[in-house]
Amino acid sequence: MESMEIQTLPKPKTTSTATEHITGSEAVIRCLLAEGVETVYGYPGGAIMPVYDEFYKYQDQLQHVLTRHEQGATHAAQGYARISGKVGVAIATSGPGATNLITGIADAQIDSTPMVCITGQVGAHLLGSDAFQETDIVGISTPVTKWNYQITKASEIPEVMAKAFYIAQSGRPGPVLIDITKNAQFESFDFSYEKCKAIRSYYPVPKCEPKAIKAAANLINGAKKPLIVWGQGVLLGKAETILKEVVEKAGIPAAWTILGASAIPTSHPLNVGMVGMHGNYAPNKLTNECDVLIAIGMRFDDRVTGNLETYAKQAKVIHFEIDPAEVNKNVHADVAVLGDAHTTLSQLLPLLNTNSHDEWLQEFRALDTVEFEKVIKGDLHPDKEGLTMGEVIAAINNETKGKAAIVSDVGQHQMIACRYAEFQETRSNITSGGLGTMGFALPAAIGAKMAAPHREVIAVIGDGGYQMTIQELGTIFQTKTPVKIVVLNNGFLGMVRQWQQLFFDKRYASTELTNPDFVSIAKGYFIEAHRVTERKNLKEAVQTMVQHEGPYFLEVCVEKEDNVFPMIPTGASVSDIRLE
Amino acid sequence: MSSEKKLFTVSIYTENNIGLLNRISAIFQRRHINIESINTSISEIEGVSRWTIVVAVAEEQIKKILGQIEKQVDVIKAYYHTDEETIYQESCLFKIKSDLFFEDIAIQKIIKETHVRIVTVDREFFVLEKSGRKSEIEVLHQQLKPFGIMQFVRSGRIAVTKEPLNISSLLTAF
Repeated sequence: MESMEIQTLPKPKTTSTATEHITGSEAVIRCLLAEGVETVYGYPGGAIMPVYDEFYKYQDQLQHVLTRHEQGATHAAQGYARISGKVGVAIATSGPGATNLITGIADAQIDSTPMVCITGQVGAHLLGSDAFQETDIVGISTPVTKWNYQITKASEIPEVMAKAFYIAQSGRPGPVLIDITKNAQFESFDFSYEKCKAIRSYYPVPKCEPKAIKAAANLINGAKKPLIVWGQGVLLGKAETILKEVVEKAGIPAAWTILGASAIPTSHPLNVGMVGMHGNYAPNKLTNECDVLIAIGMRFDDRVTGNLETYAKQAKVIHFEIDPAEVNKNVHADVAVLGDAHTTLSQLLPLLNTNSHDEWLQEFRALDTVEFEKVIKGDLHPDKEGLTMGEVIAAINNETKGKAAIVSDVGQHQMIACRYAEFQETRSNITSGGLGTMGFALPAAIGAKMAAPHREVIAVIGDGGYQMTIQELGTIFQTKTPVKIVVLNNGFLGMVRQWQQLFFDKRYASTELTNPDFVSIAKGYFIEAHRVTERKNLKEAVQTMVQHEGPYFLEVCVEKEDNVFPMIPTGASVSDIRLE
Repeated sequence: MSSEKKLFTVSIYTENNIGLLNRISAIFQRRHINIESINTSISEIEGVSRWTIVVAVAEEQIKKILGQIEKQVDVIKAYYHTDEETIYQESCLFKIKSDLFFEDIAIQKIIKETHVRIVTVDREFFVLEKSGRKSEIEVLHQQLKPFGIMQFVRSGRIAVTKEPLNISSLLTAF
């Protein structure tokens, strides 16, 4: 395996604010360098060519990764951002290049991922004239961006780019799209760069009220059956350690949403598992038993709450949240603590009594046993012939000792991966949560591996989602990015099939897949590949994959019609969670 | 809090940027809410736009919408008010054939009684303007209808609040 170029990139030289006369396209690169960007993902085309010409000139300072589709560029940028906390950057041309970014942008918006997308646009004199590859990408992207802007003059570039990076990563992060007309890329102007530090109409982090902290502490200190549910806000706020201290000091069972996974190690005794539709039995059931529900950096998504009419009605709710629009949106907060999770939890910690809730914790343990007997045992230690998805995840856990970052796609395999992955490090669960974007994992794994080359990055993907962005194997091959790809092949769009089985009388409309030879396809891209069909070969196959130095593809043929349980059917209460 | 639909006036202070109309209206659109009227103009603060949007929704919904409006980067502050909390007006124009103006006593009587303003009188047509509550304008519309209206147009609501909004203090830091 050749050493990866990105590890040896020289540090950017250009952060000075001195004025230079340069083109708009060069200014774009200089802005990226000034923001500390090392890698961008994209795809060239007519309206962005001047910027690509500058990529060529600056290739020793800025790596451009050519994905095989613009959607792949956005997901790679997301994977990069999610594992590193830095802003991911994607770039595309106008028209179809720009519209192909939309799915990734929408995904980043709903999952609060810091991303800056740059699109080329037809010349300003052609705007609105239905010119070749013209599309109103600012209009199209408005509802799915945190902010967007069209630049028509080169002189606007530094200020707008600075705003873009500031907005993307401050407060509740999100995607920003900057559309740059071709004339603005060609024009020359006097360039100087200054980072954006504030915008008068934008208040990224609301002020934390000491009164609210005190009220929260009082409720928590008085609680008999407190339950913490944390979300991605903990990771985004870099509040993992302080959360762990809060949990340990107050002795509170703590559950997580899918995007909160890995903030506290899976094995932590107070980590009581995942909430939500396919989450763990105990935290879902006991959401409706707790007396104080402490929500931290999560937004009460419907996949978490089930029927709101019957969600935690008995509990006092404390909501730690950075985005005021999320407070009282879905669940009424008795106490709302605004601010970023690190600040608010740090202020909360000294006010908390040292405590333990052993009896309450025993209720979790008892339900865990029920879940183990009814679900987990069969998933992880099956006595039937066919391979289960769960035992593949268990084999990965075993081989990586929980150190791997798992990048999952969307569907049954995703739920299984999130349920059974044993995370030891934070930012280890990279998945498409809110939008549920099939095709996310393969390109996201590329970005994740490039941002964190020292980490083992394993993409776990279903056979359906894999084929939505399978062309990114080309990107992996060309960049020699050593991601490990595990496709759990059940020959079905498994989650939809499960719903058809449970709610549509087994009418399997368009969910069965006739699949190609995935191993041959991977090999066609000169990626080492292997297929496992029997249990006795699984452990060794996973071991070979993990030990392999370059990219590796492993197909595991699993039982065709397994279901994911537990399950809260849509519209049901969290306490009506089904085990079979 | 009532979940009954009610008429609310939303006042928004924003930067004056291209595309913001799209961004604000999208917040209503995604919740499948029809905007009754919308007006944007300059405000009492230089360089800051003021929007007046009227929608019929439940109060619990308007609160959530307000949060989603306020979190937009270019929005400085948003408020919602009931009719009782504001002084509000709308304006309308009627274009009517000139011969009616000169020949019909009834129309002259309406003009006198409703304090409608004659904006222009031309050989072919004359134009009346009336500002007031929507209901007043509707009454006038009904009164003039039998005479034949060549064109009619009514503006969106504009409103100021009885209580101060203290918006300027938000901007003093800059």
